[in-house]
Amino acid sequence: MKPRDLTDLALRNLREAILRNALTTLGVAVGVASLVAMLSLGVGLQQLAAKRLSQSGLFDTVFVTPKNNFGGMGRPRREATPEKPLRVLDDDARRELEKLPNVLEVFPQVRFFTEIRFHNKPFATVVAGMPDSSKNSGSFDGMQGNFFSSLTANEAILQIEFAKDLSDNPPALIGQDLVLRYAERQALPSANSNSPAGSPSDAPGGFSVVPRELRLKIVGIVETEPAAGFGGPGNARLFMPLATASTLRAAQVNDLRDIVRDSSAGKITYASLSVRVKSPSQVEALETSIKSMGFGAFSLLDASKSLRTFFSVFDLLLGIFGSLALAVATLGIVNTLVMAILERRREIGVLKALGAADSDVQQLFFVEAGVMGLFGGFLGVFFGWSLGRALSIGTNIYLKRQNLNPVEISSVPWWLVLVAIGFAVLVSLVAGLYPASRAAKLNPVDALRYE
Amino acid sequence: MTDLQPAIRLDSVSRHYTMGESLIRAVHEVSLSVPTNGFLALLGSSGSGKSTLLNLVAGLDRPTSGAIFSGGQNIASLSPLNLARYRRNTVGMIFQSFNLLPRMTLEENIELPLRLAELDRSERPGRVREALEHVRLTHRLGHRPTELSGGEQQRVAIARALVNRPKILLADEPTGNLDSATGEAILNLLRDLRSQLGMTIIMVTHERPLAERFADRLAVMGDGRLLSLSDDSKGLA
Repeated sequence: MKPRDLTDLALRNLREAILRNALTTLGVAVGVASLVAMLSLGVGLQQLAAKRLSQSGLFDTVFVTPKNNFGGMGRPRREATPEKPLRVLDDDARRELEKLPNVLEVFPQVRFFTEIRFHNKPFATVVAGMPDSSKNSGSFDGMQGNFFSSLTANEAILQIEFAKDLSDNPPALIGQDLVLRYAERQALPSANSNSPAGSPSDAPGGFSVVPRELRLKIVGIVETEPAAGFGGPGNARLFMPLATASTLRAAQVNDLRDIVRDSSAGKITYASLSVRVKSPSQVEALETSIKSMGFGAFSLLDASKSLRTFFSVFDLLLGIFGSLALAVATLGIVNTLVMAILERRREIGVLKALGAADSDVQQLFFVEAGVMGLFGGFLGVFFGWSLGRALSIGTNIYLKRQNLNPVEISSVPWWLVLVAIGFAVLVSLVAGLYPASRAAKLNPVDALRYE
Repeated sequence: MTDLQPAIRLDSVSRHYTMGESLIRAVHEVSLSVPTNGFLALLGSSGSGKSTLLNLVAGLDRPTSGAIFSGGQNIASLSPLNLARYRRNTVGMIFQSFNLLPRMTLEENIELPLRLAELDRSERPGRVREALEHVRLTHRLGHRPTELSGGEQQRVAIARALVNRPKILLADEPTGNLDSATGEAILNLLRDLRSQLGMTIIMVTHERPLAERFADRLAVMGDGRLLSLSDDSKGLA
């Protein structure tokens, strides 16, 4: 029989026992819904974790340091090979890094321990300069107040815990001023005065430290600390525009080391540079390139791989649990089709008497099983999506009551829709194997005698 | 010489069953032939083996031994697929209980063999109408079998059997569920179709008077054997 005729007959047969077939299809739909809901949770949670990690700036960023900067801290010190002299992170290196493929931006890490005064009370904290790109990275999503008004604004965003130290009513801090006290490096006079004045290590003769103050306007309060790189002295609690922070020429931890080493040859040097790429998949290649340039490079790529492995196993387990309901539903299909064979025994005999081959009868039952699977699949995807949405909404209501930001814990990507429907049809066809084969083998003489 | 070639020839055909320990000889060593355009009536009491013999000729069952020739081929040795093609293209079958599919309209019932034969959809309405014209039921195209009388249902079953233009029409007690007047009308219709379409008819029946009136030859079965085969009294001319 031609496919269209087969489909016509199959749909007609399914319509005849509409209640039973609808219930069987519903069984498949519930099975698929369970599978889709489980997997949508897995996918949603994975996306949520990936988004958070991506926002943290840790997975699309390579942290570059002078070659042996990670020495110490309990690790064996690595010496530069005799062929490659130690390279310093200066502006030349920064420009070189900016030219590497897929690099979005290169920025220094400005992070220093200092004191602020608020209503004349001193508070010790760590200050971090934030690049302008952090505005769109999601790090400041859900913050109270606003992001910095300009790249060079004298403005501050506080981390909530620090804001609580300053005031019992943190939101009221927005709009108020605080005074940042810091140690500014000033170059000591030297014979070669052509180097840029006031640069972090602008003279081979060293620098002096002068206390300074800067008034900052509090413009926002953020819940979690936006990551600003590694190697900083503790978690930052006060954030300011990177350009503003850079102009402060605040003394940082590596300054003394650079002075002792005298490796900067009078140029501006950086303790570390963060190199951000377009996608985490480009991190590995970039890391290799940077290392070949003679710098130290570090990323959290390995941690990212472990995370992907974890979610693959997590998805697999969710898929197995979700498939259990679908497995039960297949028994429903087998039952329905076996019942149909009993009821339509005489009809099968008539079909064979009129010239139907065994394969025609087999295909007819196959198509009926497939159609139930197809409808069940579509319906199941809709149910599963609805269930995922309901879980998301319920979770967000709970999170809102806990004063936490809303999250999207379920996601039904297009590939999940296709896989779920395809799986439902496949499972239904497998369930139809036995009934179809049994129908095809019916003896037409016996079938025609059946009352 | 094709006129002389029989439409069906049975050579020592047997169909035996085992039921527990005993062997049932439903059909045993039957040999006969039916000429093209002939009308053979198979008579006999219940359990005589006449319906089993008809099923063997229809290709619904296979003989235990012997050969059944139709169109020069032994259908007993055909593959299942070719046997299905034989049922589809060479024979048409009608039953005592009509065996129309109740959820389909008359048009759909008659179209069913055309679907199985994979005839182009555009040709089907014409063929269905042609078959219904033969049985004079064109006005009931959209009706369902349950809305028809027994006689009408049997006429629809005949139309369905004719729609693939078979060479042989096999009828298993076609008047068994009908009153005598309607049964006679059906047999008149079969006789007309035979002469119009040049078909060969083999009919199983209990009713000897009707068989004597309409068939060319009478074959009487008893205990699976062919007890007698009458002369071709009416001839083919």
